[in-house]
Amino acid sequence: MIRQWFKSGNPWIWLTASAVSVSLILVFGLLLLIAARGLGHFWPATVWEYDYKNQDNSVVRLVGEIHDEEAVSAQRLREAGLTIEGGEDVTRYLLKTGNRDVLGQDFRWILEPGIQDMRKPQTLLAIERREWGNLYGYLSAVQENQQTVAAGEDAWESLQQRLQRATALFAQIRELEKGEIGSINYGLERLRLRERGLELENNTDPAEQERITRERAALNADYAGLQKRLTDLYTDINRDQILVTVSTGETVTVSLAKVVHAYRPNAMSLFDKLVFYMAKVWEFVSDEPREANTEGGIFPAIFGTVMMVIIMSIMVVPFGVVAAVYLREYAKQGPMTQLIRIAVNNLAGVPSIVYGVFGLGFFVYFLGGNLDQLFFPEALPTPTFGTPGLLWASLTLALLTVPVVIVATEEGLSRIPKSVREGSLALGATKAETLWRTVLPMASPAIMTGLILAIARAAGEVAPLMLVGVVKLAPSLPLDGNIPFLHLDRKFMHLGFHIYDVGFQSPNVEAARPLVYATALLLVLVIVALNLAAIAIRNRLREKYRALEN
Amino acid sequence: MTDIKQTPDASVSDNIPTHAIDIELLARGRNTRQVADETPCLKVQGLNLFYGKKQALYDVDMVIPKQRVTAYIGPSGCGKSTLLRCINRMNDLVDGVHIDGKILLDEQNIYDKSVNVADLRRRVGMVFQKPNPFPKSIYENVAYGLRLQGIKDRRTMDEVVENALKSAALWDEVKDRLHDSAFGLSGGQQQRLVIARAIAIEPEVLLLDEPASALDPISTLKIEELIYELKNKYTIVIVTHNMQQAARVSDYTAFMYMGKLIEYGDTNTLFTNPDQKQTEDYITGRYG
Repeated sequence: MIRQWFKSGNPWIWLTASAVSVSLILVFGLLLLIAARGLGHFWPATVWEYDYKNQDNSVVRLVGEIHDEEAVSAQRLREAGLTIEGGEDVTRYLLKTGNRDVLGQDFRWILEPGIQDMRKPQTLLAIERREWGNLYGYLSAVQENQQTVAAGEDAWESLQQRLQRATALFAQIRELEKGEIGSINYGLERLRLRERGLELENNTDPAEQERITRERAALNADYAGLQKRLTDLYTDINRDQILVTVSTGETVTVSLAKVVHAYRPNAMSLFDKLVFYMAKVWEFVSDEPREANTEGGIFPAIFGTVMMVIIMSIMVVPFGVVAAVYLREYAKQGPMTQLIRIAVNNLAGVPSIVYGVFGLGFFVYFLGGNLDQLFFPEALPTPTFGTPGLLWASLTLALLTVPVVIVATEEGLSRIPKSVREGSLALGATKAETLWRTVLPMASPAIMTGLILAIARAAGEVAPLMLVGVVKLAPSLPLDGNIPFLHLDRKFMHLGFHIYDVGFQSPNVEAARPLVYATALLLVLVIVALNLAAIAIRNRLREKYRALEN
Repeated sequence: MTDIKQTPDASVSDNIPTHAIDIELLARGRNTRQVADETPCLKVQGLNLFYGKKQALYDVDMVIPKQRVTAYIGPSGCGKSTLLRCINRMNDLVDGVHIDGKILLDEQNIYDKSVNVADLRRRVGMVFQKPNPFPKSIYENVAYGLRLQGIKDRRTMDEVVENALKSAALWDEVKDRLHDSAFGLSGGQQQRLVIARAIAIEPEVLLLDEPASALDPISTLKIEELIYELKNKYTIVIVTHNMQQAARVSDYTAFMYMGKLIEYGDTNTLFTNPDQKQTEDYITGRYG
């Protein structure tokens, strides 16, 4: 009976199917975990107000969101020197109290037995600030130029209007600083380099000097104008401030220039919360980071990751294809080519940090250093390419992934039927023409497969990037409005490194943990999107060059 | 088992294959011509070919006449395809091939160092056993050879493509879908497309390597009719396994065996009154 069952092959079907399901469950479990942990962070949580009895029996008022909860044995707490009645487990909550500037810390643990009363007051205000994290408290007044203009219930209305105005002003200021003033600074820097270049060439052409002086004067004049506008904007934005009474009873003054969001989480309906949630998620993917990357968005990291992968693809495909064409089509097949193939395959197995070290030593210091000597002597001793940057990071990753492309392309070339090649040759095509017009187009789906594998590997790589170009915070994107638009020498941000940085290097690990999950989710999504794009292209090519099936 | 006992003819048909009779019927009524009287197009002189150490062709000498159809017949592995592929130097692609002797095309040795192989192949077109269209549109398939020659003019191109497809008797079937993929055609159409592609560049010689062996009888018939038409313009050399086909389409037939040219003459004589015992054995089906 059992033997029959074994012979029927059913056990193997079960075994193989279960292997597939285990893999699927693991993948979906992973995604689900990071999605649940990461996405929950943006939901406006209820803010509780507690009357809490401390260990010394003093009763304090605490305000905050419940961030985490866990059961601890009473025994353990007693050993830690706390007085706990009863022998059962005690629940304790991690409370996000915010108000770091007042309390000195954002988080504290509270014990369930100590809670005497808990309420969720509708008028409790949560303020997300550009500095110092969240602030929780009651709005007492809104001031304009130090004069109170609204208090009590009117204050909330007034705050919302004024906050809108402040947000608009803030956007203008940032636009001005990043955009126009950024351009002027860039122009001034280029002028300085030109001047230094002339000096190095011993060129004392007065006309040239005069032109530089004139251009500089023009830029400086522009700058002065902008500076004035900026000062005005700053005066405008600092006009309004609010007074907030926090849990300790103190009143805190907050300038509206420092406020990102102000909301009353306990008074929000589900719909309001949903709208707020969407806005926060959008901010996360489209905004720049604040507060040592623990707040705000991660747009520069997404941009940097995508940029790097695209530049890497542009470099790795031609290189890999050319190498594969030589190996498969031109090189005499023998022990030597076999040896090269083995070497290429092994190259794919070299730990990525080794590539990072190589990239730093060869690309950055040697190549970059020499490029600087040759082409950018005026900027020295500040390095231009002789320092980690986007170009070197992309090149290092291209080197890391080129074996994958070579192997896939060779595979594709070997699968082109001989009859098609002969057909082309018989029409008077040379070998090169045959390759270019027929063989390579037919092998293009395989080349795309190689690229997909390369992207999958490169987008997730972090270790080598830390050596050759990724930074914690890049002041500007590698692509902007200043000529030559694409700045390959700039350092950039990367999602993978961002996860590491936020998770392990951040001053406020507790607050940043959900961001680690959210960023990880986004990294996975970016890789999936890049891959889907490549797969879509491959499928179109496959359809087009469907080889002779008959 | 019972079937065989019931049919007394079974033993007879073993000795005299039915197709031998057909061939005589088919070949009847043809003019008897001599190769020596024709204008020569290709001359094969003392051709020896080695794959590594193994010799595949022994001292082949033959003259292929202009604007006639010459067929190579013989059992599998006798070297007829190898000989055919020597004419446009397709064997150069095989590793370890070594060729002695000469093939003269218009009195010039194609194995001479000064010969450009791509030019030679443009003059000597070839159609293979299995249809091998490129993964492009029908139009682009035919235009391929022209594009290689750098012809860009749209009007010239359209004209040549149309003429080639008409010559290959394919125009009426594909004129409405010239820009569809060539893979959408049937096997027979694909083979005619490949022939159109070959004649679009107006070669002098057309080599056909078992062009109908992968096709159904009706497509085969169309290809044969096409060969008959094309011989007015091109010198055609065809390799075939099918002796009726050789008898139907060719003017001259060469019988090869074990890498040697055994007998070569006009098709009528070769099939009805062969000189060599081996030829007779083969065409009557005693081996091969």
